Amino acid sequence: MEVKNLRVKSMKNEDFNNNDYLEKYVEELHKGGVNVAIGVLDDVINWGRSHSVWPLTFATSCCGIEFMCVGAARADFARFGWEVTRNSPRQADVIFVAGTIVYKMAPVLKRLYDQMAEPKYVIAIGGCAISGGPFKDSYNVVQGVDKIIPVDVYVPGCPSRPNAMLYGMMQMERKIKLESFFKLPKKPIITKEEEIRAQIDEESKDVKTSK
Amino acid sequence: MKTIKDIISAVAPGVAIEEAQYPTVTLDPDKVRGVAAKLKEEGFDYLISLTGMDYGDKLGVIYHLSSSANEHKQDVIVLKTSTADRENPLLYTVCDLFKSADLYEREVFDFFGIRFINHPDMRRIFLRSDWKGFPFRKDDDPSVNAVPCTNVTPSDLENVPSITIDSDGNVTEKDKMLFGNNEYVVNFGPQHPATHGVLHLRVSLDGEIVKKIDPNFGYIHRGIEKMSEKLTYPQILPYTERLDYLSGSINRHAMCMCVEKAAGFEVPQRAQYVRCILDELTRIASHLLGWGCMCMDMGAITAFIYGMRDREHIMDIFEESAGGRLMTGYSVIGGLAQDVHPNFVNRVKEFIPYMRKMLKEYHILFTGNPIAANRMHGIGWLTKEEAVALGTTGPTGRASGWSCDVRKIAPYAAYDKIKFNEILRNTDTLKGDTFDRYYIRLDEVLESLNIIEQLVNNLPDDGFRAKVPPIIKLPAGEYHQRVENARGDFDVFISSDGNKNPYRVKFRSPCMTLISALDPLCRNEKIADLIMIGGSLDYVIPCADR
Repeated sequence: MEVKNLRVKSMKNEDFNNNDYLEKYVEELHKGGVNVAIGVLDDVINWGRSHSVWPLTFATSCCGIEFMCVGAARADFARFGWEVTRNSPRQADVIFVAGTIVYKMAPVLKRLYDQMAEPKYVIAIGGCAISGGPFKDSYNVVQGVDKIIPVDVYVPGCPSRPNAMLYGMMQMERKIKLESFFKLPKKPIITKEEEIRAQIDEESKDVKTSK
Repeated sequence: MKTIKDIISAVAPGVAIEEAQYPTVTLDPDKVRGVAAKLKEEGFDYLISLTGMDYGDKLGVIYHLSSSANEHKQDVIVLKTSTADRENPLLYTVCDLFKSADLYEREVFDFFGIRFINHPDMRRIFLRSDWKGFPFRKDDDPSVNAVPCTNVTPSDLENVPSITIDSDGNVTEKDKMLFGNNEYVVNFGPQHPATHGVLHLRVSLDGEIVKKIDPNFGYIHRGIEKMSEKLTYPQILPYTERLDYLSGSINRHAMCMCVEKAAGFEVPQRAQYVRCILDELTRIASHLLGWGCMCMDMGAITAFIYGMRDREHIMDIFEESAGGRLMTGYSVIGGLAQDVHPNFVNRVKEFIPYMRKMLKEYHILFTGNPIAANRMHGIGWLTKEEAVALGTTGPTGRASGWSCDVRKIAPYAAYDKIKFNEILRNTDTLKGDTFDRYYIRLDEVLESLNIIEQLVNNLPDDGFRAKVPPIIKLPAGEYHQRVENARGDFDVFISSDGNKNPYRVKFRSPCMTLISALDPLCRNEKIADLIMIGGSLDYVIPCADR
């Protein structure tokens, strides 16, 4: 199936990689048929959504500096409508995981992701966020953020260049444009909420009894 | 003037002085504190680093001591001690003599499990409090620790264990609470835009006055030092850049020099000159970013945009010659990876007058701004004495009048062939505030431009790389190299047993001491000023966490 009306300013559809992945995605979304009225409404909503994606200010290491370059004068992601970096996860749509995630940071990242409102997206930036990268053999590094949270776009590099990040953002934009807003696919939940709650309850009980 | 040997034999009579790179003294665990105290009286008041070691049968610590006084500034004394008890290793603390030892000893406990008697705070520093084992011991297996899905509970952070010993030799262990029950504690970070990374501060407040700060490290501890033990020397180089990514080339330069010195490789002059130019360009880029971020923390977004814009010019120069932007990967053992691009010299020459012009604009834009100046003057005083005790080198120390520039103290590469000034402020009052730390960075940019101008006009032409063997093995021994990176005294310490892998690698991070300075600097200041004081210290968290 051909990807319909996927227009991204100043770059042709065939110039992008990974088009077959998006075609499969469309096929999956359209399995039950598309309602014409809702389909058109989807296009309008997605056009707005894809041009006002607000990222969370989140960076742990080197890729964060290149992320700052994307925000600064030369690369300037304001051109894409992505410039409003939010400091609160409640107001953010996308989280750029820029940098290594270590064991101590993993629960923090998970909580930040959980605090974001749906629909939410994750872009893994750099080798560390994708697979542990150069720190694959380290005792304290999570081997890729997709072990903790679902990832939408992977941007390789060590650190990724600003133009690579822009390309990753455009891929994200294309993905948002294809989605059907009224039946957004559910994201897999990796850790079970109830289990963690029970664990915390148990720990707090221990603290109380010890006092 | 007393020689260094006289001093050592006076403070530790009857102890053999080993002639290595520095005079080295091996002492029993119970004598170290006494000798260190006497050395401090003799002027050796700056503890450069404290390195934990696992010798296989014994666990030990190596102290590198230097002086802030002019006559012994270039001298380093090494003290060594060790204990054979691997089950319950105990050593005596020196943190009451050198404030910087506070965090260093916690680090040694975290990595090796050595506990320090009389240290007030023996918590883990980088790893989670529920971590099993001590990863830097040679017989440790860290794979028993699974990826955690819950945060560390606050009770684990607040119970501070300590260990004391009385005159009869009875050891007592006790726990105390870090904060009182009536204290109002605010969490700041790890996810906060003004912490400049993933640092977690717990701030005790009285109204909006800061009473105490407890920094919580380790949110980006990647274990680079431990990983290096399995790598060959050329393989370690990329990791050094990722420690303090803003002074990446300088760190890499340090590692290259340490290996070259140990193996006895002769580096061509051209390579040394280009390395120095690269170092200074990196320093400018780092200071521009630090300046921009500090101003942005105060609400001046324009400054951030200006700083990043001019930084891109440097990134272009790097990219053309080295191929990388932030991580250049340019210095290799023996010289440079490839010769400089034909445009390099012209590009650098064009950049110097441009940057000089822009610096004037920065001062007009921000330094003269009365609102900014009023927020910076008289806030966060750091005296020279305190700076030396905390070990806050670099621009922070120099803003308090401490002459601690390694480029002057122990010149390396091409720094002894050129004329430049060490930028110092407040050499008369010996204390500096936030404004001094802000201003000194812009002055250093100017001085760096002078250095680059001298170097780039006299670039020698004797090749860019020496021939080095494909497998580099260092002779058994210990090697130490100090450089001045954008934040201070960055040291590489390699302990080799003659193989192609190092036995132990230690990086002295200037950022860790800068973060430890937050608590004394922010006490009795407003919480809003904490952001600015942090910005003026300009620390990089991955460098502190390693």
